[in-house]
Amino acid sequence: MEVDAMTAPPTPAATPPARPGLLARLADSDLCWSLHRSPLALAAGLVLILVSLAALFAPLLATQNPYDLAQLDLTNAELPPMWLEDGQAAYALGSDNQGRDVYSAILYGSRISLVIGAATVALSLAIGLIVGLSAGYSGGWVDNLLMRIGDTLLSIPTILVAILVTAVFRQLLPPGLREAFSAIILVVAISMTNWVQYARTVRASTLVERRKEYVQAARLIGVRPLRIMIGHILPNPLTPVLVTATLNLGLAILIEATLSFLGIGMPPTEPSLGTLIRIGNQYLFSGQWWVVVFPAAYLSLIVLAVNLLGDWLRDALNPKLR
Amino acid sequence: MLAFLLRRLANAVAVMLTVALIAFVIFRFVGDPVEMMLNEQATQAQRDALRERLGLNASPAMQFARFVTNAIQGDFGISYRNQQDVFTLIAERFPATLELVLVATILSLALGIPFGVVTAIRRNSVLAQALQLVSIVGISLPSFALGILLILVFSVQLGWLPGFGRGEVVDLGFWSTGLLTASGRKALVLPSITLALFQITLVMRLVRAEMLETLRTDFIKFARARGLPDRVVHFRHALRNCLMPVITVTGMQIGNLIAFALITETVFQWPGTGLLFIQAVTFVDIPVMAAYLVIVSFIFVALNTVVDMLYAVVDPRLRMQGSGGGGHGG
Repeated sequence: MEVDAMTAPPTPAATPPARPGLLARLADSDLCWSLHRSPLALAAGLVLILVSLAALFAPLLATQNPYDLAQLDLTNAELPPMWLEDGQAAYALGSDNQGRDVYSAILYGSRISLVIGAATVALSLAIGLIVGLSAGYSGGWVDNLLMRIGDTLLSIPTILVAILVTAVFRQLLPPGLREAFSAIILVVAISMTNWVQYARTVRASTLVERRKEYVQAARLIGVRPLRIMIGHILPNPLTPVLVTATLNLGLAILIEATLSFLGIGMPPTEPSLGTLIRIGNQYLFSGQWWVVVFPAAYLSLIVLAVNLLGDWLRDALNPKLR
Repeated sequence: MLAFLLRRLANAVAVMLTVALIAFVIFRFVGDPVEMMLNEQATQAQRDALRERLGLNASPAMQFARFVTNAIQGDFGISYRNQQDVFTLIAERFPATLELVLVATILSLALGIPFGVVTAIRRNSVLAQALQLVSIVGISLPSFALGILLILVFSVQLGWLPGFGRGEVVDLGFWSTGLLTASGRKALVLPSITLALFQITLVMRLVRAEMLETLRTDFIKFARARGLPDRVVHFRHALRNCLMPVITVTGMQIGNLIAFALITETVFQWPGTGLLFIQAVTFVDIPVMAAYLVIVSFIFVALNTVVDMLYAVVDPRLRMQGSGGGGHGG
């Protein structure tokens, strides 16, 4: 209690909906102030921006297109990084046994990893919001059924769910289509395990809010349920949902990499960072450490940055911690 | 009390039935079991005979009932890939996984608790800050990347420790252990560190949070007022009160670790159940997949249920769901 009196009065920290001068207000907000005070979060944000830009402009930054087999040259295979003996400037981080430039492969791989991560967060968020709102708002057997499904999913280790869903989908698809659809399968499989968290948060908040006067008033004047759910109820749990989404982006990238590493994710023809690590792992004992170390380091860097940002966001949006 | 225990038990049974249903659906409808078991030259009569023998002509509900009764008796059918009894196959591999998981658990407690205490009582010291940072790195570093890094440094470069396999194993009849030979113990080092890293950070964060909470309570203030030295206050009074949740979480995490061990086992080619499962997934060996799902989920659900029920026995407040709490203080 003594602590509270000393800190500034709690103000809603979430960014307000679009109104004139949004950028100015954003720069003046508590969130931005808190970001200035946390060099680690600032650095993490910077890293994420750089990584995203590098992924976006991968075709311009890369020295070769790792998907184009015609550009691979076997005479340049197994080159070490450029600062070591035998290294070539054209292959800054070395090359693998097929003459694929590790640096270019990482840039293209991070593209896939980031897109799958973002798509997973979007899909699980969508499922979680819909399930949470409808379960909380309608209650009764719908609520019971949806939450039971969620409980069951949580009572099996997440990695198992993701592996099984991937394996089953792959088996159900005709062999020719499996590789083409592997990204979509991964997104669906990882979303299956991630939506429950959002659904629980949103449902808990919906259960509380739907009994309040403003919701009843809206219902009395004839606002449609859908609009009440989205316009009136949803803004309440948005802050914790936002934090969860940030932390889950790191988790999604990690699970995707894990599945690809285990050989049931992205195929070698379209490698994500996890696939690159899987490929590199085969040359571990023959001394070509650069094929595996650089993709692993880049993957860890991305996940670390996302987690640092998520941790900071959780604390910054929590008025009790100020 | 009894009502609560029964309800919790019924809940666990319901979850297990759902898991069994998922396993059954995978087994029955992802690919035709008959096609998978027979080779291409099999005659129609052979197919029909196998179909009848597997009971695939019965109604789906009957088939599911049979699947569940068989599973309870440990009968998960025959592996498509090597024509062995699935349960035996998993049972043979289980000691390897469990040894890995137990060593990792001991490691996580042995390192996580002191780290957590240090970060709580010397909150602003350099060591605590460094440990906090390391814990975030530990959560972000994919466990397979850590495993590869360890292999690279300690097996490939330095050649100190083996990078794959279990070393020499002593067979005790019902259990094969690597703990009794030097090479077996050496082989355990890298995989258990890899598996434990996440767990260490988890225990550390938990101990830290609990310690910070406990250090604020009145009985700690009273202990200090009595003039007890810091060491006694921190370790005899505060830490003891933190251990209950730590032990609970550690117990519940064992199920999770068994599942996560499959990543470590793949990296280190550790001959456990996880590696078996991954191979089954790659070769679409569906009986093994289904059995692994059921067995790991069973361990997971059983541990959670037992912990919940023990808690209810120990702490009466948890039994009263909604029916106004009694006069119990703490």
